[in-house]
Amino acid sequence: MATHAISKSSPWSGGKSPFKVSYGKLMMWVFLLSDAFTFSSLLIGYGALRYSFPSTEEAITEISAEKLSDVPVTDGVVHFDVTENLIERYAPAGEHHGDHHTDYFIEKMQETGIFSETHWPSPDLVFNHFPGFGIFDFHGMHLPLFFVSLMTLILIFSSVTMVLAVEAGQRKSKSEVSKWMLWTILGGFAFLSCQAWEWTQFIQAGATPWVNPYGPATFAALFFLVTGFHGFHVFSGVVLNVIIYINNLKGTYDDRGHYEMVEKVGLYWHFVDLVWVFVFTFFYLI
Amino acid sequence: MSTATAHADHHLKETFISKYVFSMDHKMISKQFLITGIIMGVIGMGMSIAFRLQLAWPDTSFPILEWLFGRWAPDGKLDPGFYMGLVTIHGTIMVFYVLTAGLSGTFANLLIPLQCGARDMASPFMNMLSYWFFFLSSVVLLSSVFVETGPASGGWTIYPPLSALPKAMAGSGAGMTLWLVAIILFIASSLLGGINYISTVLNMRTKGMTMTRLPLTIWALFLTAVLGLLSFPVLLGGGLLLMFDRGFGTSFYLSDIWLNGAGALEHTGGSPILFQHLFWFLGHPEVYIIIMPALGITSEVIAVNARKPIFGYTAMVISLLGIAFLSFIVWGHHMFITGMNPMLGTAFLITTLIIAVPSAVKTFNYLATLWRGNIRFTNGMMFAIGLVSMFISGGLTGIFLGNATLDIQLHDTYFVVAHFHIVMGSAAIFGMMAGIYHWYPKMFGRLMNKPLGYLHFWMTFISAYLVFFPMHFMGLAGVPRRYYSFTLLPEYGVWMDVNVLITSAAILGGIAQLIFLYNFFSSIWFGKKSSENPWQATTLEWTTPVEHIHGNWPGEIPTVHRWAYDYSKPGYEEDFIMQTTPDDGQEEQLFETETSPSAPDKKDVPEGETVMFWALIKKWFGSARA
Repeated sequence: MATHAISKSSPWSGGKSPFKVSYGKLMMWVFLLSDAFTFSSLLIGYGALRYSFPSTEEAITEISAEKLSDVPVTDGVVHFDVTENLIERYAPAGEHHGDHHTDYFIEKMQETGIFSETHWPSPDLVFNHFPGFGIFDFHGMHLPLFFVSLMTLILIFSSVTMVLAVEAGQRKSKSEVSKWMLWTILGGFAFLSCQAWEWTQFIQAGATPWVNPYGPATFAALFFLVTGFHGFHVFSGVVLNVIIYINNLKGTYDDRGHYEMVEKVGLYWHFVDLVWVFVFTFFYLI
Repeated sequence: MSTATAHADHHLKETFISKYVFSMDHKMISKQFLITGIIMGVIGMGMSIAFRLQLAWPDTSFPILEWLFGRWAPDGKLDPGFYMGLVTIHGTIMVFYVLTAGLSGTFANLLIPLQCGARDMASPFMNMLSYWFFFLSSVVLLSSVFVETGPASGGWTIYPPLSALPKAMAGSGAGMTLWLVAIILFIASSLLGGINYISTVLNMRTKGMTMTRLPLTIWALFLTAVLGLLSFPVLLGGGLLLMFDRGFGTSFYLSDIWLNGAGALEHTGGSPILFQHLFWFLGHPEVYIIIMPALGITSEVIAVNARKPIFGYTAMVISLLGIAFLSFIVWGHHMFITGMNPMLGTAFLITTLIIAVPSAVKTFNYLATLWRGNIRFTNGMMFAIGLVSMFISGGLTGIFLGNATLDIQLHDTYFVVAHFHIVMGSAAIFGMMAGIYHWYPKMFGRLMNKPLGYLHFWMTFISAYLVFFPMHFMGLAGVPRRYYSFTLLPEYGVWMDVNVLITSAAILGGIAQLIFLYNFFSSIWFGKKSSENPWQATTLEWTTPVEHIHGNWPGEIPTVHRWAYDYSKPGYEEDFIMQTTPDDGQEEQLFETETSPSAPDKKDVPEGETVMFWALIKKWFGSARA
């Protein structure tokens, strides 16, 4: 009968999915599209507010050479040697160096006017801490964006392990799914821990959503909002991953005959990673 | 029937709660959306009548207002602050709760599975959640009217700083917080619904239901869901920033503010214009979220009742796609007077005026469908034609307002109020009413009372024009919107009589809706029993049994063999052919036209490029498949 004509037709002729995906996976894609717009609105808001402030470079042009004498400025850019010890450079002689609440570097920058409420600080000068080996609060070194790069690397690696979990799921290998999901969960936890450390550093330097020793309060507000909203997504992802991990241990997906849930959560996890790439680019690198 | 009994058995142990309250059946959820929407509509309209009373008779005392609002209307006169609150909540309720959730929530839930040929939504559970988020959101919004400092009062667009500073005015406090909570719940509801609608339309159409065979209602509801899915998250982002400003001392939207009594505020570095951009990136698609389902319903109702194929099906789909796309790049026309760069203003002006093209395509196609049709003036059809009228009247003033230079004069005057109340308010309400009258038999298995329907239509139609048409002239004369009273501004005194006329017409419109309410609720129990296909329509929902069953069809889901608009086809006895009627010949032809369009007869048409042009015109705008 008419089925003859229908069978000739395209994937869109009904009775099946045009993209050959289940409705659940399609829903995840549609949700991620929507969520992408949420992040876009936050990042565009960030861009609009950030570029209403002049940059550190513009601040330097307005500061007298005398004030800048103690700061390594070349061609309008503050340029510390990587791994230079900032505490040694700026701490008053004879003062105790172990107290992490006293951030000599920030004080010096405020004195010179490089950090001021009117100029958007260069992220290089804000995010230059790194936890020392064994001594957790040792952060005298100038290590611009080292720590956040490590965070990014961890998150990207957790995406790789997620891909391996999805691949193992397609082979219906329960034990390998378990192994790679566990690594992914660990990666997510590691990222969240790193973020907690970074927030702690920022807060201990005196930052709140309405106060910011590094520059305009809006910088701090946007930092907490954007990285916080992303961190919330990572946290949700870790929770989902844990649920999947436990379900897999219980053999739910073996009983079901397919591991599609792993793929769906994988989509979400990759999306969260991708968003971080944008946050990293726009908030830290530029 | 054995499958049907199997289905029935499966769901036999239904309690009242699982059937009427936490139902996962799309038909029940659609009724829940509709009835909640109607309740919200009654409240919203009541509010509008309350503040219209104030505008028409500013010095008169109305004891009923004091009875209703208590201390917000001392001595029967509205408190000015509460007047602003009423305007705000009226706008919010009508835009989001009635015309977004009430309209697309109802008809997307009812029609998408039924017209696509699916047993239910892709995820019935998420569908249920969508309704309950909406319900919760409605409750939170309504509760904001009862807080001590009153509801949000900065207008439905909640511009900062009135919305960002809790102490800016009475309504900026708890009322505004509740407004934001309500809207975030609403966004969650819309997201859950939208994901479901899109997935269902893409993945769960029955065999043979190609995208080009979908009824236009489904196209409209599908694209509406896409719009909502992409625009509401931006409001969510904007709302998050606003919540931070309100609660956590940030200054995203605030800068250089001097507050009476508090002096200069410490906020620096923010931009209230940023909020306007984020808000209108939702706000403009939102007006199309409102009107597109109404347009889709109208396409269907007009084709059914004109007993003709819809004119230019492809053009209708393309114009919907065009409107959906353009709606994302015109938001700046709400902000012409914010100090926008004139160059950017011109860009928004151009994109705005381009929307007139797809809108006109739709209007002309409606008229061409009606042209020489064998029209049946059912209640639904009356309202559908009413939509066309409203859409034209309101659309024309849109061309005025889209011009940046004219907008400087007309911004925030009654001209704007007239424009959007006609083109998206009344038109969408007319579309919704057309849908309610048309699909009532599908929802409740009974017909609504026809004479009462006519009375409802004519009273609504006349009052809508009487209320909103004179407002154009007030706006042209510069009468500003959102003013509590004009008694202190003698130059506006000449408009007093017009205000009285408008308010009287609004009361007439309110009475008309009471007739509708009586008709709607009494017909649920006492209406005439409907047959399976009372309007002799071709679409799939009329192949389901009158008594609702889970899974919609007893037995197999029918296969679709033709498009949705085979009305009055020559050579057939009946003037409609169900989509399920097999027709091998037509289906072969459907595939042929895709690959090798039949050459036009050289004797009848001019040659060369003109042939191509006419062939194209015929293909897009003609009813090629009639």
